[in-house]
Amino acid sequence: MTDRFDPPYPGYDILAKWDSVSFDDTTRRVYADRLKDVPERAFFSETEWRTLNAVCDRLIPQPDRPDPIPIAPWIDRALAENRTNGTRYTTMPQMREAWRTGLAAIEAEAQERHETAFSDLTAERQDALLRDVSNGDAEGPHWNGMPPHRFFRSVMLNEVVRIYYAHPAALSEIGFGGPAAPRGYVRLGADRMDPWEAPSDRRRR
Amino acid sequence: MPLIEDLEPRARDGRAPDVFSHGDWVPMRCYGDAEEVDFVIVGTGAGGGTLAGKLAEAGFSVVAMDAGPFWRPLEDFASDERHQDKLYWLEDRLSEGDDPIALGSNNSGCAVGGSTVHYQMVALRFRPEWFRSRSLLGYGHDWPVDWRRMWQCYDEVEEALKIAGPVRYPWGPKRGRYPYREHELNASAHVLARACEAMGVDWAACPNATVSAPHGKSPPCVYRGFCKIGCATNAKQSTLNTFVPRALAAGAEIRDLATVTRIETGRDGRAAGVLYHRDGEWRRQKARNVVVAGYSIETPRLLLNSASPAHPGGLANSSGLVGKNLMVHANHAVWGRFEEEIRWYKGPPSLAVCEHWNYADDHKDFFGGYAFMSQGPLPADFATTVADAEGIFGMELRQRMADYNHMAGLKIVGETMPQERNRVELADETDPLGVPRARVTYSMCDNDRALSDHSVRFMREAMAGAGGQQLFTSEGTAHLMGGCRMGFTPEDSVVDGDGRSWDVPNLWVCDGSLFPTGGGVNPSMTIMALAVHIADRIKTLAARGEV
Repeated sequence: MTDRFDPPYPGYDILAKWDSVSFDDTTRRVYADRLKDVPERAFFSETEWRTLNAVCDRLIPQPDRPDPIPIAPWIDRALAENRTNGTRYTTMPQMREAWRTGLAAIEAEAQERHETAFSDLTAERQDALLRDVSNGDAEGPHWNGMPPHRFFRSVMLNEVVRIYYAHPAALSEIGFGGPAAPRGYVRLGADRMDPWEAPSDRRRR
Repeated sequence: MPLIEDLEPRARDGRAPDVFSHGDWVPMRCYGDAEEVDFVIVGTGAGGGTLAGKLAEAGFSVVAMDAGPFWRPLEDFASDERHQDKLYWLEDRLSEGDDPIALGSNNSGCAVGGSTVHYQMVALRFRPEWFRSRSLLGYGHDWPVDWRRMWQCYDEVEEALKIAGPVRYPWGPKRGRYPYREHELNASAHVLARACEAMGVDWAACPNATVSAPHGKSPPCVYRGFCKIGCATNAKQSTLNTFVPRALAAGAEIRDLATVTRIETGRDGRAAGVLYHRDGEWRRQKARNVVVAGYSIETPRLLLNSASPAHPGGLANSSGLVGKNLMVHANHAVWGRFEEEIRWYKGPPSLAVCEHWNYADDHKDFFGGYAFMSQGPLPADFATTVADAEGIFGMELRQRMADYNHMAGLKIVGETMPQERNRVELADETDPLGVPRARVTYSMCDNDRALSDHSVRFMREAMAGAGGQQLFTSEGTAHLMGGCRMGFTPEDSVVDGDGRSWDVPNLWVCDGSLFPTGGGVNPSMTIMALAVHIADRIKTLAARGEV
């Protein structure tokens, strides 16, 4: 898999509808906060922060974006506020500890395999390491008994993906209709779309 | 998104939020803590919210408490998945077992209106035989309520929510028409139709709890598609904008952000009221009757935490069944890519349904049944499904998500068997209020796996028949049921057929934890129908001086 992204809806931007009846004030406020109020690091240490950013870059690479969608700052913010998601598998520690343990373990894996910081590895080596963690093929004392695949899929990847696809630029790239209150949609059939939706998939034109 | 601990109660000082407004209020009757009300109800979701409305309209004095906030959808609900996480029960619960279940956004609401604020609005009835599944179908347990009685209650609920459904529904006994006409089918629903026709089974427009024409102050649905994370137009019919306003208008008090931690009992062994925490204070509300309606985890947790010398194993637990027989629905899905653009983000997520395998009894290698519905997950929801099911990340994931507008899927609501080992208990660890956290244990049995496997085989063939390419399967669970089963004797159940505790005569349960079996349909209509049934029974019993 290359790092090239083939955009199906180039030029489509849900923010172009900002002043239309597809946006209500509540959604405008939420979006404005996300776009303008990117938080400073408050929870992670500098070392953890470096690993986290390198991990995010591989979980959701954004070489095509001059301004990548911020992911790590929102993970940090949620942990600084001690947020949880309502499910703690009993094989897992509390959310904050899970992240600290998981990032330290990824870093330790990189040192063990390549005697290099995770953030300094090549993309190929980073991906290989992360794939092993995802598949549960990484273990060792640095995981403190936490199942690597559970951390990877239920905690880390889940949160990264949710943050990425909460950003208007990510929603635009997949041709999502975007905010839709109060106007909603009229044309519901296959290959039918309202003028305020993305034009049809470029790959089919 | 706001943190729940930063929110302040809104319903107080003689007024409650007007859910149909920006910032306005409706008058609310208020009761003192020392005033002994007829009913204090813990929880305002499908069970508690419905019951509060029905009991207040019958003239009882009612205080209904909810641990969650009292939202006004028009001003509080954004078109944003991450922000709307505020609808869920996010306080940690412990999950274990062979197949530990996801809680939080998967099945647990935390708001006035409970999980109906974020339900998918699929408004189906149980198959009549399921109320006697042990006697007629050979598995599970019979319900202590007759299906014809439930049919009357479903009628009332469907009318109250103006369910939009088809003129002819292919399964089950002959029924009257749905109150409102069915919604136009979106492309995702048409995929289900094609899939069913390829397999030679019936399909139907899915009855939905979002209105297809105006209903009171609710405007018709505009097919915005954010239904599951909170409807910002009030077209969706939740208890927040139906039975809760009715309760308020009839003189009930609703207390938001009020967490009940203990049911107090008197020397006579009867419930005397509840201990609750609101706005930084511990308070006690006196009541002649206590109704627990916190759903399948919080209801057992509250009863277990209300143990006393007279009730050492927890309140209403002489049977030992409080917290036992917890059930979920299997929620397996088959997804596929279509050449055309489906754009499944438009409209209610499930506009078409197939209940064939709920009603067919032949050629099955499992007990129970399943329905499957067309799907319309929002982007982050679907991206996490792809990432988890396919084990992919990186550019591969982004590229897969580039096909979001070409995707369709079929997902089941599949019956799982009641098993005593699946349960809710109190953990050693406590929450910030000092209450032991819930520990939830769940393991699938062979029958559950056989049902899921059958559904996946069937749906893969159906999706291929509809023209779907690059099929993939995801697994999961949805909904909660059981944990305080209703039954026929004090030994086989926690409560009787009226939802009344066998042990404590002025203690009631009114929510999904009553279910002796899970059925193969979304549970909300059945929970609401049970609430209607229980309200009617309370009226009858009260008239005879037996409440």
